[in-house]
Amino acid sequence: MSLLRCRTVQCRLCVLLAVVLCAFPFLTGCGKRHTRVETGIRDQILHAGNGTDPQDLDPHITTGEPEHKILMALFEGLVTEAPDDLRPLPGVAERWDISEDGLVYTFHLRTNALWSNGDPVTAQDFVNSYHHMLLPELGARYREMLYPIRNAEAFSTGRITDFNEVGAKALDPHTLEITLHSPVPYFLSLIMHNSWFPVHLPTILKHGDIAERANRWSLPGNFVGNGPFVLKEWKVNSHVLVEKSPTYWDRDNVKLNAIYFYSTENVDAEERAFRAGMLHLTKDVPQTKIQVYQQNQPHLIRCEPILSVYFYRLNVTSPPLRDKRVRRALALVIDRELLVKHVTRGGQVPAYQLTPPGIPGYEPRARFSEDVALAQRLMAEAGYPNGNNFPGVNILFNTHEGHRAVAEAIQQMWMKHLNIRVTLRNEEWKVYLNTTQSMDYEVARAGWGGDYIDPGTFLDLFITDGGNNETGWSHAEYDRLIQEAARTGDMKKRFELFQKAEDILMDEMPIIPLYFYTRPTLIHPAVRNFYPTLLDLHPWKYVYLEPPSS
Amino acid sequence: MLRFILRRLLQTIPVLFVVATVTFFMLRVAPGGPFDEEKRIPEEIVRKLEAHYGLDKPLWQQYLIQMKNLLRGDFGPSFKYPKRTVNELIADAFPVSLELGCYALLVALTLGIVAGVIASLRPNTASDYVPMALAMIGICFPTFVTGPLLSNYFGLQLGWFNPGGWFFPEDRVLPALTLGFYYAAYISRLTRGGMLEVLNQDYIRTARAKGASESRVVVRHALKGGLLPVVSFMGPAAAGLLTGSFVVETIFNIPGLGRFFVMSAFNRDYTMVLGTVLFYATLIVLLNLVVDVILVWLNPKLKFE
Repeated sequence: MSLLRCRTVQCRLCVLLAVVLCAFPFLTGCGKRHTRVETGIRDQILHAGNGTDPQDLDPHITTGEPEHKILMALFEGLVTEAPDDLRPLPGVAERWDISEDGLVYTFHLRTNALWSNGDPVTAQDFVNSYHHMLLPELGARYREMLYPIRNAEAFSTGRITDFNEVGAKALDPHTLEITLHSPVPYFLSLIMHNSWFPVHLPTILKHGDIAERANRWSLPGNFVGNGPFVLKEWKVNSHVLVEKSPTYWDRDNVKLNAIYFYSTENVDAEERAFRAGMLHLTKDVPQTKIQVYQQNQPHLIRCEPILSVYFYRLNVTSPPLRDKRVRRALALVIDRELLVKHVTRGGQVPAYQLTPPGIPGYEPRARFSEDVALAQRLMAEAGYPNGNNFPGVNILFNTHEGHRAVAEAIQQMWMKHLNIRVTLRNEEWKVYLNTTQSMDYEVARAGWGGDYIDPGTFLDLFITDGGNNETGWSHAEYDRLIQEAARTGDMKKRFELFQKAEDILMDEMPIIPLYFYTRPTLIHPAVRNFYPTLLDLHPWKYVYLEPPSS
Repeated sequence: MLRFILRRLLQTIPVLFVVATVTFFMLRVAPGGPFDEEKRIPEEIVRKLEAHYGLDKPLWQQYLIQMKNLLRGDFGPSFKYPKRTVNELIADAFPVSLELGCYALLVALTLGIVAGVIASLRPNTASDYVPMALAMIGICFPTFVTGPLLSNYFGLQLGWFNPGGWFFPEDRVLPALTLGFYYAAYISRLTRGGMLEVLNQDYIRTARAKGASESRVVVRHALKGGLLPVVSFMGPAAAGLLTGSFVVETIFNIPGLGRFFVMSAFNRDYTMVLGTVLFYATLIVLLNLVVDVILVWLNPKLKFE
């Protein structure tokens, strides 16, 4: 008490300062409490980190991965993914028939499928949804996903205006017939994508025009979906809350009562939240923490291979890179093992071809191997013995510590083995995109993730003048093989065409594959039925929480 | 005083006009656009999107339309969040930043003024050196260092607070301290300087000669004049605090305006950038006006001229 009786001003101010500092913890009633993870396990409420903030929850407008993960909880397509390997399982369609020529798919819809407002989900809802998605006025970025449907592209680009000519018909309220323009062996995998999800047209029309991008039907309060969960809350830059749907046809098998999807821009904050028991799982793990977890708490981290590749684009229109021998030499001297072991350090897999491993039935044979002697010989043949006369090369990457580290390692390898001058250039993301699209680069970092499990999702990129080619490379035989593969229904023949195409790609080397991504996941042991999958998708209806001890 | 305020308010109009114009054209000059993505969007869809947002019109027309909308207080639709307007997003995020800013301001003023006064009462002694050394450390430690440190220690080691988020009342503590400490350091040094100057004035000596107690001298006589530098500093500082700090909001995952301010520029969300810049500029102008009014009230030598 003598402290409180102090007479001098300094003393009183010191006491005041001390009180202010000490009062915070007590005023806020802190101390050890139940964490969100603990209460979540008790109440079957999953707290999941979901990366960047979702832009929208309209499945026909969104294109990003964070949005897709939320949409998987809010909608259900004709078929749905198995939780362990993403094979097609009955969704709204309880069964389907495929015509012998592989062109006509007849889906038989279950009669107990309901929208979250109680309306039945009908075949016409799917036809309306495809109409919505393909409307030229809507400008849906992923409308190409629907182009396998007969006349879908013609309607979407305005060449035909009558939607009845498009190959999607409701034969009766519970039978949907989809006619394709050519066989698509991976069609059932394709239609799991959110661009194929049904939307409730009356709800859209209630809140505006069908083709209005700013139509507010997908905001909380207006939202109607048909998935295992319904939208309850969406706070921008904070979280999306979904709750178990009382109208979902398989609600008895949905164990989670709610899921919080948290947005974050900062991987360190996300990892701290996981450590503090605020998240059951997160896919945003700081690069520097991966090995720490692997060594100290391996039960909390998984590094799952995903269908995604990290590569360098080479601008084949720039003088030194016009020569395929130079391009091959650059690819052959990169020590990918060293790159993934000491630079990226996230369990990535060295890439010696473009298509990632794991695609059932497709094992790329176009693998090359590192060969410094051959690379030096190729450079000499191209007129640059020991790097003499080589004008130098510049590596462009978007601003990111990880990309810089990879670029610096490759810079060293090229300088050491080929004795050439290599400079680095980093640009802010949108500037980098602009630079690569306008081909104002020599070597540029790139990454590509598959939208569905098929080699075509990677090899299609490099057709002549393809929107995402961005290398200036063109090869008539490659184009022919890719086009023929697109028309071929026979899976074996199709894969053989892809093999030949990839042979050409790896021989010509307009791109240098570096590694296949893995997706590090911090996951609490209580999370069940959350399996590693190639597309990094996890159907939420199967996921549940169980205390680890039991 | 009313004339002074009205005149200053009228002066803000050309200021805001210039800010809006410069921001509008700087954004359009910056390489990259709102629809540039790694998976390139087909050309005809880009054209549809541009038409939707009015980007297909000549630049001068876009500028005139934008200015007309701004006059009506309509910032337009966000490019990143197609279903929401910039006005809605600012209205959602600003209260969060405002709340955080108020707490941080409270921390900054309380700690800063108390530490500054303590230091000024016995200059060049331990009770001066210690708080000023702490203030110097505070100035040297940016928020991106103190934030993770506080989050790690109080959030993870001690478990007193959540290391991030904005869900419970206690979630305000660590971000407010992080932001508050930084400004407290400046305020304490400014307070010390101001107080030292005032404590040597004749009227303080008179007050002491008349037998006023030390606390009365400090609180009633010296503090009013000693805080003048702090008040001048608080104009732009308060605007910065109240509109949110990108760094603190990112470290603690707070859904405030500061994140929009920076992320919208990265996303080339033209309308959002313009909206947040103008909002911030308006706030700075208004808070500077408030500061000027307070300065006149505190300092009898100043007049509303």
